[in-house]
Formats: sequence, C-alpha cells, structure tokens
Amino acid sequence: MNSKWRVRILIGLLAAVLAAAIYFPILKQRVKKQARVQQTTEEQARRELVQSLNANSNEPKVKAKLFWASDSEDGTLAPTIVELPLSNDPVLRAKQVLNTLLAGPVDAELHTLPSDAALLAFYILPDGTAIADFSEAMANSIPSGVQSEQLAVDSITKTLEANVPQVRRLKILIHGQEVETLAGHLDLTEAFPVNGKAVALFVPQKTAPTSNATPTNAPAASGAVVPQKK
Amino acid sequence: MHGIAWSCPRASFGILLIVLRMSRLLSKTILILAGAVLTGSLVARSQNPAQGLAQNSASPSRSGLNIVVLDPAHGGTDPGARGTGGIRESDIVLDLAAQLKRNLESQGFQVMQTRTTNENPSFDDRSALANAQTGAIFLTLHVSSTGLAGTVRAYTMPDMPIAQASGGLIPWDQAQVAYLPLSRKLGDAIQGELTQRFKGSPANVQTAFIRQLRTTAAPAIAIEISSVSMQDKANLDRMLPGVADAVVRGVVAFRPSYVTPAVPGVPPRARP
Repeated sequence: MNSKWRVRILIGLLAAVLAAAIYFPILKQRVKKQARVQQTTEEQARRELVQSLNANSNEPKVKAKLFWASDSEDGTLAPTIVELPLSNDPVLRAKQVLNTLLAGPVDAELHTLPSDAALLAFYILPDGTAIADFSEAMANSIPSGVQSEQLAVDSITKTLEANVPQVRRLKILIHGQEVETLAGHLDLTEAFPVNGKAVALFVPQKTAPTSNATPTNAPAASGAVVPQKK
Repeated sequence: MHGIAWSCPRASFGILLIVLRMSRLLSKTILILAGAVLTGSLVARSQNPAQGLAQNSASPSRSGLNIVVLDPAHGGTDPGARGTGGIRESDIVLDLAAQLKRNLESQGFQVMQTRTTNENPSFDDRSALANAQTGAIFLTLHVSSTGLAGTVRAYTMPDMPIAQASGGLIPWDQAQVAYLPLSRKLGDAIQGELTQRFKGSPANVQTAFIRQLRTTAAPAIAIEISSVSMQDKANLDRMLPGVADAVVRGVVAFRPSYVTPAVPGVPPRARP
C-alpha cells in the first residue's frame, strides 16, 4: 500500500516535470516574441516622432558643417557643408543635424554611422550635458573596432560642436539604456567632451526662488531644456 | 564586494596600494592609502640612511618595469571584429599574445595574460589584473574591421577629466588619469617601431576612449592591426611576428623612462 502510493506519487511528479519541460520552451518563445514586437513598435513610434521634426522646415536655410569620413582610408574625418533649415532651439537643432548625419553623405563609402541606425531621443541637461539615445542598430551594425567606433563617436561630437554651441558633453545611450561599449571597444559609460566653451544654457538654479522678479530669464531657460514635442 | 586584491609595496617608497573591488563599475574604487606615505616617511626617519640604501640596492629588480600584462581582447561568446573571409579578432589576438609573451620573456619581462583560452573576462577584471601588479604596463590587443590593410596603430586614452582625489582615493573609472603621460610615452615608442615596419601606419600614437584603458592604473595602450577584412588569414598571420617584434622593441625602449608616479592615483596636475 505504502509503496504503491509512492509509485503513484512518483509517476504523478514525473508527468508534471515532463509537462513542464515540454511547455516551458513554448512559453519562453512566446515571451520573447512578445518582447520583440513591443520593442519594434516602440522604436518605430519614436523614430516617426523624431523624423517628423525634420519635415516641418519653415526655418531659413543655414550652412551646417557635418563630419563624415575623409577620402583617405586613415580613419580621419572631413567637414562637409550642407544647407539645412535649422531651428534656433538647441535640442531641435541637434536632432536635425544628427538625423542628417545619420542619413549619410552622397558617397555611401564615407558613412561613419550605420545607415539603419536612428536617433530615438535627444535632450540637453542644464549643465550642458547632451544625451543622445540611438536605436540598437547603432551598436549592432557598426563595424567593430577601435578605429571605426572612435570615428563614429568623433563624427557625432564634432558635428554637434560645429552646429550646437550649447552642448558641452555628450552621453550616448543605446535604446534608452546605458551600455558599457559601443561595439566592444569604445567606452560609453562616461560622457564624451564636446565643447569646453559651451554657451551657458541656463541661469543657475540658485536664482530660481526670485524668478518672479526676473521674468525675462524664465522662458528662455525652460524653453532650452525641455525637449519640444511639436 | 567580491574580494580584495592587493599589491606589494614599492620598495623605495613604501606605498601600499590596495585595490578594493566592489560590486559594480561606479562603485568600484581604487583606494590608495595616503596614510601609507606617512608611515613610509616615518619608517624612513627611524632607519638610518645607509640601511635604506642597502635595502634598495639589494632588490634592484623589484623597482622599475618588469611585468607586462597582455590583454587579448574579446573571447568566449564575443568574437570581436569578424571578416567576410572568416577571420575572428578574438583568435588573432590570442595568437599575437602568445608570440609577444615569448619575445617579452626572452627580454627578461614577466608576462601575465588576462586570458589564454577562448573565454571573455569582464573589462574590469582585465584592468584589475594590471592594477594588482607593481611595475607593470598593460597592452590590450585588437584587430580592426576598418583601416588600410597591413597597418598597425597604437592608442592611449585621450585627456580625461582630472580625478577628484579626495583623501588619497581615486574613482575606479579614473584610474588611468595619473598614468596618461607615461602611456603616451609608451605608445609613441611602440608606434615608432610599428611605423618603421608597417608603412602607412600613423607616425604618432592615436587616442580613443577604450573601455579597459580607462580603469587601468598603469601605463596602458591598445594596439590595433588592420584588419579582419583581409580575405586570406595567412596575410594577417604573416604580420604577427613583425608586430610582436616591433612592440617588444618599443617596450624595451620605454623601460628606462618607467617610473611609478610619486603619489599613485593623484595626478601632478591636480593641484591648481
């Protein structure tokens, strides 16, 4: 009796284990699939948001200096002048130049960034630290190597330095996350220096309590920091 | 905290360097006990000078540069750069490390490797191996995806923001700051040798924000060979003995200029 029950319980447990073993991979696959779908739709939505920024171009065209790879194969950059309708708002302006940089030069050979990468978000903090969030293609499609990764980062920082004087430092995120390296070499844990003499964006916080007395400062400050949704 | 790795004191200065490895990147801190400098000077005062000299001359091999830490990049699940011809960065750098080890040992250096098999230690573990040594330099080895085929480049970290050395402590992620001038000297010595042998390589050491250089408290450079895009692996293999020879010549040339920074971790420029 006792042993009979033991056998039954054992069989029951074995059946449960087997069922779990069969069901678990299916469940895992489903979760993965779900996550993938969510990620792409989220990324698409953000991409559309960023790209729509470029479309409204009532601004007068200005000469923007963009840095792509130079002709020689030595890992250097060369500036190219492109006429672009750039906004005066630093955040908007940065998004515009970076999207143009991502779109690439006429000669595809001189690309510094993967052509399928997208800028998902861009902010400038009050201390002049800019945060650029790129899609995963930025890390996955870039040729791995010290030279190629440094060239990619240099093209971004130099382009920002030339066109957005408010950016002091640049922190790069990949799909909203802080990552250790771009593609195995370049350190993304810290911000890259962009422009040590960056124009002050912001009136220091200490003067905030008396902001009612100096209303002229307030709109300029908030306008510069909050990314506009238009 | 995973553990404590500590290095022996520099004989002449009596400075104790303790590397405390804490949970994750930013919380990792190199503790340089400034107090040890104090004790060092007290000890020096209590001893008579002749005794101190005798001690120094008794162990000449313990001061100066005698360890080379080689870091073959990537490994394990991370192959690094991959070429269409099937070349994998992680394999080539392991071969290069083996050749470098042989040449360096014949010059009397002790050689340590962050990996000798197909595994992938973390960036911090790679740096930590060098940080736990006294009188060491750190060479991280790479093969690029791009660049003129048949050239080789040496890299150091670019200028870094100066470490906030409060109370003799410097953050783990600023470990390289104090060693940058020495790293540049080492990089130039090696690049000079490489350029003589591999035409088309740059004349001077380059700069790049390389992850494992940032956290290394020793003269540290990266060496990158172009490139995995070669169709025939034999062409790349043929470069390796030349690279190894040039690098060892550079290290030997650099050897006399090696000094341990007077107060480790506190860069000389830190005081305004």
